[in-house]
Amino acid sequence: MDLMNNLLIGFQASASPANLLYCFIGVFLGTAIGVLPGLGPTATIAMLLPVTFVLPPVSALIMLAGIYYGSQYGGSTTSILVNLPGEAASVVTTLDGYQMARQGRAGAALAASAIGSFFAGTVATFLIAAFGPPLANMALKFGPAEYFSLMILGLAASIVLAQGSLLHAIGMVVLGLLLGLIGTDVTSGVQRYTFGIFELADGIGFVTVAMGMFGLGEIIRNLENEEERSLIISKITSLWPTREDWQRMIPSILRGTAVGSMLGILPGSGSILGSFAAYSIEKKVSKNGHLFGKGAIEGVAAPESANNAGAQTSFIPMLTLGIPSNPVSALMVGAMIIHGIQPGPSVITEQPALFWGIVVSMWIGNLMLILLNLPLIGIWVRMIMIPYQYLYPGILVFCGIGVFSLKNAEFDIYLMGLFGILGYIFAKLGCEAAPMLLAFILGPLMEEYLRRAMLLSRGNPWVFVQRPISATLLALAVLALCSVLLPSFSKTRREAFAESSA
Amino acid sequence: MIRSDKDLWAGLIYVFFGSIAIIVGRDYPMGTAFKMGPAYFPNILGALLMFIGVISVVRSFVLPAAPIGAFSLGGVALVSVSIFVFGFLVRRAGLAIALPLLVVISAHGSAKFRWGPTLAIAVGLTVFCTLVFVKGLGIPLPVLGPWFGG
Repeated sequence: MDLMNNLLIGFQASASPANLLYCFIGVFLGTAIGVLPGLGPTATIAMLLPVTFVLPPVSALIMLAGIYYGSQYGGSTTSILVNLPGEAASVVTTLDGYQMARQGRAGAALAASAIGSFFAGTVATFLIAAFGPPLANMALKFGPAEYFSLMILGLAASIVLAQGSLLHAIGMVVLGLLLGLIGTDVTSGVQRYTFGIFELADGIGFVTVAMGMFGLGEIIRNLENEEERSLIISKITSLWPTREDWQRMIPSILRGTAVGSMLGILPGSGSILGSFAAYSIEKKVSKNGHLFGKGAIEGVAAPESANNAGAQTSFIPMLTLGIPSNPVSALMVGAMIIHGIQPGPSVITEQPALFWGIVVSMWIGNLMLILLNLPLIGIWVRMIMIPYQYLYPGILVFCGIGVFSLKNAEFDIYLMGLFGILGYIFAKLGCEAAPMLLAFILGPLMEEYLRRAMLLSRGNPWVFVQRPISATLLALAVLALCSVLLPSFSKTRREAFAESSA
Repeated sequence: MIRSDKDLWAGLIYVFFGSIAIIVGRDYPMGTAFKMGPAYFPNILGALLMFIGVISVVRSFVLPAAPIGAFSLGGVALVSVSIFVFGFLVRRAGLAIALPLLVVISAHGSAKFRWGPTLAIAVGLTVFCTLVFVKGLGIPLPVLGPWFGG
């Protein structure tokens, strides 16, 4: 069994006591920051990334994976307990989770979320192990034209999934691509758009942009409408679901996992699409559909499983192709590059211990979550209760020190401040930052592959449609963009986002 | 008549960045489609961004949308100023000066600001960050900088 052998290699690489400890710290810190209001996984990872620089690569990535799952679970906890989703993917959890909490069933909701996530994570780990190697093999046959088209597809998907106007999503993507080009051009050595500023020669760091737009921008927005957060329950009793709960949630978890895993693989989607789709499917399929929105445990179990499955399978394109599919995996790619690993199809063959170590550590991270979070729920509840006015100055401090530590440059602190202002302005204008961040990271890669493809084709732009794989990817991208224009789809999209902004 | 100030301002921002990309890009070699120079891709993107910006501006006269709403100038100013002050002071005056200032300035952004808890947080965070980041993780930041003989 190749699969088992590979997973064994992974266990050997990742399951050392030290790595388990880092994973534990990651999950703990991730959850602790994830439950704080207004901090989603992207901001959490960006803030904690510098902490991992001192570790060896495998440990660092294991810790990051732990932070990611922790922050996601933290987001689910706040969705259930205080009706505040930390990120778009846990929006649907608030619908039934918060209702369950109001009925005094917060414990069951939290358990459903944790158990569903763990099961989904386990399945998704096997999917990565099974599909990773063949996909990487296929990717080795990819030429520059295919890579370019794949990135177009990823950006198209992120445009479709962005909140609000399609035009602004496209605008933000193009702006992101342009900002990504700032710095020294690899091919010619020319310094572009640096305006003579020495610190810009290396380009703008993606962490600086992420912390500015997601961290600072969000703080300014929260200060605008400071509202009282009221925790409806003071104590959580009986975490363990009842027999009836189990019977109701098991089928939902299975369906949610299937939906989430499939949708997560699509580049650009991550876990958002999965959780929305799983909820609406469950609402139709379940015989308790009429209870949805009134505290149905299926309405928590399905999207939470889908969310976690998608979060994990979205690593497949990153690990096999080296192309990030959402801001979170982009941060992971950035971390790998900082540790001297160029993500891509060759990682599996050249550094099997690293690759399988990451895969297995994802599963370990999920296991830690379920072991940690249910018993520690009392601590998380207390963290949720920290008043925001005492919290955000601290977040600013960690962002400031964190962004400085990336390159030991005070210039990055100023830059983060500027992106914070920009992030707030764009949020006010209804332009979403997530597609921009993805485009920002893909910008230099896209240019590189575009140049190589055109060089190989001797300047013939038709190469992108003449090569079958590239043509298929482009067709999918066009299809995705056109689907938004379909009346039925755009209605669903509006409704889904209307729920999230409510 | 402007019907959507969101579309208008977003459009103007796109046009602004797009035109910068093209104007500044004139200093770099363009190359050909076969051998693209450093200006080729940014020019395409700049033109595309300006085009999107123009559509957005035009749309702002046609499609009505919800207004932008109050712009929290105070919040923007306090948060960004606190970060800029921190950046300027952290290596010169040291973490023990820059960090409490960041906390105190930014905390004024909240309507519920109170001196007592804010100062306590400032002191607590300074001690915590000095121990964890400077001593523990070895980030090269002075606790007291050159201005204070550090």
